[in-house]
Amino acid sequence: MDGLAHQIVAGIATGGIYASVALAIVMIYQATHHVNFAQGEMATLSTFIAWSMVQAGMPYWVAFFATIAVSFAIGVVVERILIRPVANAPVLTMVGVFIGLLLIIGNATGWIFGYTTKVFPSPFASEKPLFGGLVSAHELGSTAVTLTVLTLVWAFFRFTKLGLAMRAAAYNPRSARLVGIRVGWMLALGWGLAAAIGAVAGMMVAPVVFLDPTMMLGILLYAFAGALMGGIDNPAGAVLGGFTVGVLENLAGAYVVGTELKLTVALAIIIGVLLVRPSGLFGRVVFSRV
Amino acid sequence: MLGRRQVLAGAAAALAAPAVARAEDAVGVTATEIRIGNTMPYSGPNSAYGVIGRTEQAFVRMLNEGGGFAGRKINFITYDDAFSPPKTVEQVRRLVEQDRVAFLFNPLGTPTNNAIQRYCNQRKVPQLYVATGADKWGNWKEFPWTMGWQPSYRTEAQIYAKHLLAERRDFRLAIVFQNDDFGKDYVAGLRDVIGAERFDATVKTASFEITDPTPDSQILSLQGTGADVLMIALGPKAAAQAIRKTHDIGWQAQRYLTNVSLSVGAVMQPAGVEKGVGIITSGYLKEQGDAAWRDDPGMNEYRAFMKQWMPDGDLHDSNTVYGYALGRTLQQLLTQCDGNFSRENVMRQAASLRDVAIPVLLPGITLDTGPQDYRPIQKMQLQRWDGRSWVRFGGLIEGAEV
Repeated sequence: MDGLAHQIVAGIATGGIYASVALAIVMIYQATHHVNFAQGEMATLSTFIAWSMVQAGMPYWVAFFATIAVSFAIGVVVERILIRPVANAPVLTMVGVFIGLLLIIGNATGWIFGYTTKVFPSPFASEKPLFGGLVSAHELGSTAVTLTVLTLVWAFFRFTKLGLAMRAAAYNPRSARLVGIRVGWMLALGWGLAAAIGAVAGMMVAPVVFLDPTMMLGILLYAFAGALMGGIDNPAGAVLGGFTVGVLENLAGAYVVGTELKLTVALAIIIGVLLVRPSGLFGRVVFSRV
Repeated sequence: MLGRRQVLAGAAAALAAPAVARAEDAVGVTATEIRIGNTMPYSGPNSAYGVIGRTEQAFVRMLNEGGGFAGRKINFITYDDAFSPPKTVEQVRRLVEQDRVAFLFNPLGTPTNNAIQRYCNQRKVPQLYVATGADKWGNWKEFPWTMGWQPSYRTEAQIYAKHLLAERRDFRLAIVFQNDDFGKDYVAGLRDVIGAERFDATVKTASFEITDPTPDSQILSLQGTGADVLMIALGPKAAAQAIRKTHDIGWQAQRYLTNVSLSVGAVMQPAGVEKGVGIITSGYLKEQGDAAWRDDPGMNEYRAFMKQWMPDGDLHDSNTVYGYALGRTLQQLLTQCDGNFSRENVMRQAASLRDVAIPVLLPGITLDTGPQDYRPIQKMQLQRWDGRSWVRFGGLIEGAEV
């Protein structure tokens, strides 16, 4: 029984990692209706920026918020310069641009900062693991951060005028423009916010998986799975999806099929869910008249 | 009138006599140079290894300054493959078909060498002293043109098993291994020595995919089996996570660690230096940081080489020590070839190293090969992490004969 509790808690801890990245994916989908494949690489770059600031002697939390601001700016710039010109291009063009972005940012990060593994500090460091080694202070702290970000995102879309405008711009650009919303800037804002959330995710992930340019490669796959399972247009669903994938994967590996097939089983369950509920557990069903 | 036999004998003698003349026709060998090919990850995630290629280039410059071999200079052609097997195939084809190199020397990486092994053996191009520890490079029967250099992962695991059996009568062993050639060699090596029956009955294993973000779940499962010895056969990043996790959950197992992941900067420091105290791994090269070699003549030769030929290199990087050792191996090989650089002779000489001393190998370790022994180094010494550095202990241990 002790083992089961350990597996579940460890699953929640890795699930928290997936959840925070899934949240960034959902964010950009909310704002633009695209899935950004370069999300992970952008988050890694942000984390390296934070790392440089901490190395330069900045206190952690100053670096934390400065990184969020810088990442927001990078997100806006990327949208303005790279995405805007192809905004009306076919989906495949967008996919091409996203993959190009992934390669460019990934390799540039490696070129600038090198490929050696770096240690990233955690603000929640404690000398001893808590609850008899069940969970570390960082795991607890980063889960709290993820949930805080989730609450902020939810409140932003639900209660602010800007949030409403962004939703409108994503769902129906033409009507939004007619009621006076500057759709172009709403998209840029969406990119900025997604990049900022990605930065938070990166800074929470890095103390666990260590910082290097390929840090997010594996995580992004799980985050996609989590986002799809929860519903790609529902932030809370995506976060829950992320946690679920983490726990499912551990339980499948430890008790059902062994470590070799644990990912397979987790993904099979997700496909099962999507077959029954194509828009995810908490996704909105969208009807369109043809 | 000459008999048929005499004619044949005469012809054979004419062909055999001037060995040097024949070498002129050998692929990759001209009157002035010997072309040798190599691939390295100079870019990409594994570019830290690229320094091995740079050290070898520096070594070749030194050999050429010294006059080369049999009047010929070495033209060491080394290309970047970014550790990507398709790129390795492309670059090796270029080396063999366009550059027409005599042989390949120390191409780096297990998946990358896998990708070119069949090609090299079909074309009968020596694929020599590959920079990977997989056990398969010792398979002289099936792949007579491919040879490894460093102790294989399987040999290393056999050495840990020998130590374990000598230390404890009763133990419950658990293994967490990367699910590929590298990780599986450790399972195989431990099984070799512990014995199939006992291994299958008592040892618990858990595989780790390189796409897994952490090995935490595997560590928890293995702890749950009640094991008191843990073999960590994971790459650097996952190894650091495993060391941290085993410590954090308070699992008091004797930990053995693959020497692929013994880096202080990339593994022990990220994991937390105090969390790894007591871990056992193994080595075969001297380390710049080891106080025992402060005035060692062998290491002094290495330091002098670095100072003159690679002034910007990092003396403490074990990759430069490795590159230097390979440079010395190349020197020995070409000297042994004695002017005949045909592919057949290069391969023959590569497989007849006898007690070759390399100054940066630990005392007592030499290179030895034979037509049926494609594993040049088979001895290692154990070392234990004391919280600051690796401390060698015990004598040399040799891998098992399987």
